[in-house]
Amino acid sequence: MPPEQPPILEMGHISKRFAATQALSDVSFVLHPGEVHALLGENGAGKSTLIKIISGVHKADSGSIAIDGQPVSFNNPREAQARGIATIYQELSLYPDLTVAENIFMGHAPRRKFGPVSVLDWDAMFSRAQELLESLNITDMDVRRKVGTLTVGNRQRVEIAKALSLNARVLIMDEPTAALTEADVQRLFEIVRLLKTRGVAIVYISHRLAEVYEVCDRVTVLRDGHYIDSKPVSATTEADLVSMMVGRTIDNLFPKITAKIGQPVLEVRNLTRKPLTRDVSLTVRAGEIVGLAGLVGSGRSELAQVIFGFTPAESGEIRIDGKVVKVRTPGDAMRHGIAYVPEDRGTQGLVRQMRVRENVSLTVLRSLASGLFINSQSERQLAEEKVKEMGVKTPSIEQIVGKLSGGNQQKVVVGKWLATHPRVLIMDEPTRGIDVGAKAEIHRLMSELAGQGLAIIMISSELPEVLGMSDRVLVMRGGQFVAEYSREEATQEKVVTAMMTEHGSTAA
Amino acid sequence: MTTAAPTVGGRTRLSQSQSLVSRLVGFATSQEVVLLLVVVLLFTVVGNANPRFLAERNVLNIFNGNAYIAVAAVGMTMVIISRNIDISVGSLIGVLGTISGAMAVNGYPIWSSWLVPILLGGLVGAVIGFMVAYLRIPSIVVTLGLLSILKGGLITVTNGEWITDMPADYFLAQMRTPELSLPGITIPAIPSPIIIMVILTLLAALWMRYSATGRAIYAVGGNAEAARLSGISEKRIIMTVFIINGLCVGIAAVLWATQLSIIQSTVPAGLELQVITSAVVGGVSILGGIGTTVGAMLAAILLSAINSALVFINVSPYWFRSVVGVLILITVLTDMLRRRRTQI
Repeated sequence: MPPEQPPILEMGHISKRFAATQALSDVSFVLHPGEVHALLGENGAGKSTLIKIISGVHKADSGSIAIDGQPVSFNNPREAQARGIATIYQELSLYPDLTVAENIFMGHAPRRKFGPVSVLDWDAMFSRAQELLESLNITDMDVRRKVGTLTVGNRQRVEIAKALSLNARVLIMDEPTAALTEADVQRLFEIVRLLKTRGVAIVYISHRLAEVYEVCDRVTVLRDGHYIDSKPVSATTEADLVSMMVGRTIDNLFPKITAKIGQPVLEVRNLTRKPLTRDVSLTVRAGEIVGLAGLVGSGRSELAQVIFGFTPAESGEIRIDGKVVKVRTPGDAMRHGIAYVPEDRGTQGLVRQMRVRENVSLTVLRSLASGLFINSQSERQLAEEKVKEMGVKTPSIEQIVGKLSGGNQQKVVVGKWLATHPRVLIMDEPTRGIDVGAKAEIHRLMSELAGQGLAIIMISSELPEVLGMSDRVLVMRGGQFVAEYSREEATQEKVVTAMMTEHGSTAA
Repeated sequence: MTTAAPTVGGRTRLSQSQSLVSRLVGFATSQEVVLLLVVVLLFTVVGNANPRFLAERNVLNIFNGNAYIAVAAVGMTMVIISRNIDISVGSLIGVLGTISGAMAVNGYPIWSSWLVPILLGGLVGAVIGFMVAYLRIPSIVVTLGLLSILKGGLITVTNGEWITDMPADYFLAQMRTPELSLPGITIPAIPSPIIIMVILTLLAALWMRYSATGRAIYAVGGNAEAARLSGISEKRIIMTVFIINGLCVGIAAVLWATQLSIIQSTVPAGLELQVITSAVVGGVSILGGIGTTVGAMLAAILLSAINSALVFINVSPYWFRSVVGVLILITVLTDMLRRRRTQI
């Protein structure tokens, strides 16, 4: 890999803003032919936005993109494809009911003349698909097989072949190993090395630092939408990379008030539901806020939904106040005082076309009903009370919830759960996508609730939030807890190291 | 629970009056009120053009003619609000009506020839509900299958023979209340289907609006996942909805059968579409979560009135279907616009 070759892709001073969030500011990125270039950063650092700009999904607000030294501007993914840029996303974009060959040649299938009309040339398609796969040393795949019947690893190989059928010179891989088995990972690396020798440039996004060392040549780190540095991988250590990624500014938005920590309220023992909850044990005490850190897909929300009975456990036990309880449905969980504020308020937390009042009372309909009918007066009282308690800014409790701002919607969701008088409150990404002011209010509320003796589990992908709010931080990876830190011990470096590396586990 | 924020009296009052105004506006533009106005308008305009349209007999016929459809629409309203559909109602009405007539002519007590079809309807509803809720088959598929089974089965079992000579006291739908002469006003004899329609619609509307289960039906239809995460059992709600729907269909079947002197042992053509149309024109959102039984009943009355009006203003009744089609599209369009306005 002679580094002196002129770059195939140069991005300079790229900035991109989405409504309230500055996703990228002044980011530069240079890619040479035949190199595997790792793109690293925490959740929300701007990696996805950057690759979406490269591949023509988004347009940069400012900055320049050049391919082979020529300035380009992509209006859509097709234009990027035409210039040899192919992307393999985490969720593969194949048609399960079509054959391997059809998927590879989707949109540019070989054709032949049949009298006056041009028709698909099936023979050519199958034989060329075969050739393409063989050029990647894949000889064990039937090109006539339906993609839906293939393993994830094989599907990914089809994606790669598809990219090459378009003569891709820049291949972007977004967490390609996230869903692969170890054997598939090794085959993927072989293919990556093969492509390298052919001069294909690869942008490699992964959260597994070990892979970066195994297969990448250079690494560029982003943090909070800013370019931090680009270095040869050989010139860095894992600790360097972690410290480049973290160090996000902790704004003083987290008015954490230390509450008196009491008896264990929730005890989880050897809870298992495959694949993402494996033998998990956890204790949360009254007044305690336990933060769950981990990468997307590490099993945090899955664990929450097992505890809440949405996807009940296969084995293991849950105790509330020392007593073993059976949690098979959310209804069971609620009866035992467990509440769950879900990750996505739009699809999981609220019925958007219903009123504030109706959303708040949804969890307690039965207890509001005297006889057949809901007691309207108690219902209104409850809604007024929660609106006041949460500080929901709404013209009235009769407002349609979908019309409120994100922060106020979230307060309604929390209010709806507090109406059940829970002992344990699980909050999944409680402040995602809400503005700074509302965020601070949610944090204040969490502190207050802990002060009243609630046991709180907070799942968050924002490290500063985890570190700012938690009395204890638990790190998940692959469906298990791999590290535990007290509030005093926890630092961004330690937590990120545990999240990303195999040997980051210190205490568990 | 926590420290209560001081209540600012002025602000509270302001927001209450704002909410009163917005509630009034919401009420005036609700589908129910709009439909009511359209019905009144129709009676006024057509009545002006042809006064015979407003004759007591004709008005009662308009309300009476579609009453069994309105009754079936009560169940359909719940089904659609829960984000399901039942396209087998027409066939089920045909089958249950035939059973009712057959029981009556074969010497079963009259009350049982009324009651058994209703209970059978509930049973069929439970079966549909089970397949939708527990076996997770989409309701459109379950009821499509059921539609075929019922239609085919009915012809096979009855050989298409008509049922006639039902006992005189069988004809529930032809019964009327006695004419009431109060001082200064005479209340005409009201046919029983109208009474059953109105009572059932109002009971269902109250139940849907004020009971815990009714609220849960709206929640499941509006956002099933959020409802499940709120501890509502989606399965139980879907079972309940289809059982109630089956009972309503049973009542509709009895009303249908007891208004006829000959039961033809066939399935009335396109009946399920009339029932679904009533619900949709009545403001029940096909996407679930929104609508009332009152709207559906008013829509059933409106459709009946349009059908009759066409005759009185000398327009070919063949236009009826087209007019209904236009109504469906207008309603769905306003529903979409309303949704777009209230939420992004």
